[in-house]
Amino acid sequence: MSDQVPQPDGQPVLATHGLNKAFGALQATSDVSIDLRAGEIHAIIGPNGAGKSTLINQISGGLAPDSGRIEFLGRDISALPAQARAKAGLGRTFQISQLCMEDTVLENTVLGAIGETQGVWQFWRPALKTADLIARAEAALERVGLIAERDVTCANLSHGQRRQLEVAVALTLSPKAFIMDEPMAGLGAAGSKNLTGFLDGLRQEAPILLVEHDMDAVFALADRISVLVYGKIIATGTVDEVRSSKEVREAYLGEAA
Amino acid sequence: MSTILIVEQVLNGLQLGVMLFLMAAGLTLIFGVMGLINLAHGSLYMVGAFAAAAVAGATGSFLLALMAALGAAALAGVLIEMVVIRRLYKAAHLDQVLATFALILIFSEGTRWVFGSFPLFLDVPDALSGPVTLPGGIEYPLYRLTLIAIGLAVAVGLWALVERTRLGVQIRAGENDREMIAALGIDISKLYTLVFALGAALAGLAGALVGAIQSVQVGMGEPVLILAFVVIVIGGIGSIRGAFIGAILVGLTDTLGGVFLPELFKLFMETGAAQQAGSAIASMGIYILMGLVLVWRPTGLFGARG
Amino acid sequence: MRLNETYINAAVLIGLLVVPLWAVMVDEPFTITLATKAVILALAAVGLNLILGIGGMVSFGHALFFGLGGYAMGILAYHAQTFTMLDLGLFSTGGTKMMPIIWLVAIAVSAVIAFLMGQLVLRTGGVYFIMITLAFAQMFYYFSISWSQYGGEDGLSIYVRNEFPGLNTLDPIQFFGICFAILCVVLLLFSRLQTSPFGLALNATRQTAKRVETVGLNPMHLKLVAFVLSGAITGLAGAMFADLNRFVSPTMFSWHLSGELIILIIIGGVGRLMGPVIGACIFVVLEHFLGGLTTYWHIFLGLIMLAIVFFARGGVIGLLTGKEGAHV
Repeated sequence: MSDQVPQPDGQPVLATHGLNKAFGALQATSDVSIDLRAGEIHAIIGPNGAGKSTLINQISGGLAPDSGRIEFLGRDISALPAQARAKAGLGRTFQISQLCMEDTVLENTVLGAIGETQGVWQFWRPALKTADLIARAEAALERVGLIAERDVTCANLSHGQRRQLEVAVALTLSPKAFIMDEPMAGLGAAGSKNLTGFLDGLRQEAPILLVEHDMDAVFALADRISVLVYGKIIATGTVDEVRSSKEVREAYLGEAA
Repeated sequence: MSTILIVEQVLNGLQLGVMLFLMAAGLTLIFGVMGLINLAHGSLYMVGAFAAAAVAGATGSFLLALMAALGAAALAGVLIEMVVIRRLYKAAHLDQVLATFALILIFSEGTRWVFGSFPLFLDVPDALSGPVTLPGGIEYPLYRLTLIAIGLAVAVGLWALVERTRLGVQIRAGENDREMIAALGIDISKLYTLVFALGAALAGLAGALVGAIQSVQVGMGEPVLILAFVVIVIGGIGSIRGAFIGAILVGLTDTLGGVFLPELFKLFMETGAAQQAGSAIASMGIYILMGLVLVWRPTGLFGARG
Repeated sequence: MRLNETYINAAVLIGLLVVPLWAVMVDEPFTITLATKAVILALAAVGLNLILGIGGMVSFGHALFFGLGGYAMGILAYHAQTFTMLDLGLFSTGGTKMMPIIWLVAIAVSAVIAFLMGQLVLRTGGVYFIMITLAFAQMFYYFSISWSQYGGEDGLSIYVRNEFPGLNTLDPIQFFGICFAILCVVLLLFSRLQTSPFGLALNATRQTAKRVETVGLNPMHLKLVAFVLSGAITGLAGAMFADLNRFVSPTMFSWHLSGELIILIIIGGVGRLMGPVIGACIFVVLEHFLGGLTTYWHIFLGLIMLAIVFFARGGVIGLLTGKEGAHV
């Protein structure tokens, strides 16, 4: 388990500065500056099509912003490809599971351990007989409660179990910050509650930038919330501040009601 | 080096280019609309050529031969679309490659079985044989000039079809949004068969037209198919405009390279070595062109998807 | 019936060894040659299976490496048999008739070309990758035709099979033994690689490249290494194939050959250790017997392929074990 990375002078762990991204005439991200501080869960909410996934993709390196800067642990990572950002300690989970469906749960998790140890240039010893990799993978599976399914083929997992596995793979990387894209999506009430409890403890290990539709989870977990509408951040603050914000009620809650 | 030679070779390059376009247009249309990579497209070219040669041999009419080529290739296209191809639209590329490669084997051996291994000959019609004198006193075969005209006419016709007709609207919708065209109440499986038949007919036409200046034989479609692949990779898979520009580029590069590179090399090498090196490099010219385009744009000049 | 894949693998290797030994006893040298051909084609397809079956890269131009290996053998042996010098700019050599040296050259040349070519072709994916690998192979095909110094379209004949220290390569069974041993070594390497961390990551690249990036690995590097290894193996097979025929020609670069290598894999089972070996055995047997019955045997091959694509995606191994092949 990695310790919280101390950032001098209360510097944020992760911050974006004036991110912009347009698709043709559509401004998907408009001058977005947000930050993620040590020990917190910062939720990003917003109506469908507000540009949440586009924003997440720019931060994790899947999409290049038109302008703006991304800083991680005091370092400008704007120019780094996705795998370099992951290597630097940015762990992410996907909205649509990106798992190796033909492989077992353990194999999927071991892949994360291979990434973490950067021991991929190893052509002879079987990965599943490498004690170090197995130990890392099993520890992560243990934590998300998926250890009993370690030898199940991923394609045979339930939707909720796939979400858990996504988190487990991210855990093997001992990231310095998590970016989670709708981890609760498609989970039942019980699954949602479980994961909420888990993420609650996880923030002590590394802060979480959380995109989520499940408002119960967001209000239960988030230290701060940013509201994204039409690619713009219209409010950032604590749960209470955001709840009482007039703009938010108009733009978001009004629409949802 | 004379102007006459240059003009002649440019025309030859154009002629190769427009014939490649007839092949490439069908390939790229079929990929763009149905997402299918069709290796058997060269077989449809061969079917067209054989149908034309057989009908011309029986009737002596070149026009009937061309009609037969169009009909036979379209029919063969409809047949394989309904029996094999339509089961491949949602399949992986590997399956498409294998199944259409299997079709090549079946077509080639089937044709050999029916027509034998000896090449057939299709004569240039009398009305189009012989040279014509171009402005500037350059003599050029009338038939080749006709090929260029036909190719350009087809290009314009295809452009009008895609941009200006109801069918074209459906084709473009099919490229962008499959749900949308189903929602519009269009019978998608009919549209697919139609697009496939159209591509097949164009390939058959090219086979018949080129069959009159080359011999008609089993396997004739394969080199053309591969050139057509190069064309659509350069132009961007799925783009008809890309196919046209790619075809002209490939036609000119291949023709001019073969003639002028050895000449160029003679400027600083001895004749024999220059001939050898020049023609060896020229034979790779279009692939080098393709490589350069891809370094610049990995999805081709006008390609959107990979 | 559901059979264990390990037993099938063992049975195939034993069968492949027993048939030529039996042929020695009943004095059927042609059967040994057929078995040798199956072994060499299998080796070439094992190389392709590495990128196709594990890495999901559908190379439709692997004849390129097969041909490179073939010409590496042809050119070295040609200079040795004609006592001429091969001038390579930096140094010149009189060629060689020694198989191990020829193999090393074939491996090195194929690996270097694969590395250079990989820089370009691996930037693309899907259908572009298929067409570009095909086009690269065609480029070498046409180059070899127009390069008259080494026979051009007619190819190069090597009068006497090359030598291997301590063995008589002119004896069919001894040459078979060499080829079989190499196949076994490469199969061992393949099976280790498949379960190694590299193999696991490469396999993940086929299924979802995004996942691989997210764990901090570069899919491009994984693919490039696999591509180079794959080219080197197929190149080695090409040198051995040329030695089997004592002949090399542009047809070794032809796209039919590229297609056939894919066919071998799909017949046996995509991504399966012994898939290419089973496929090669079946292919050689079909070619010999169907080809003996009818000149038009390719029609039957075509129909068999259609049947496999539509009804038996796991190939022979899939049919016997009930396991699906790798999805490519």
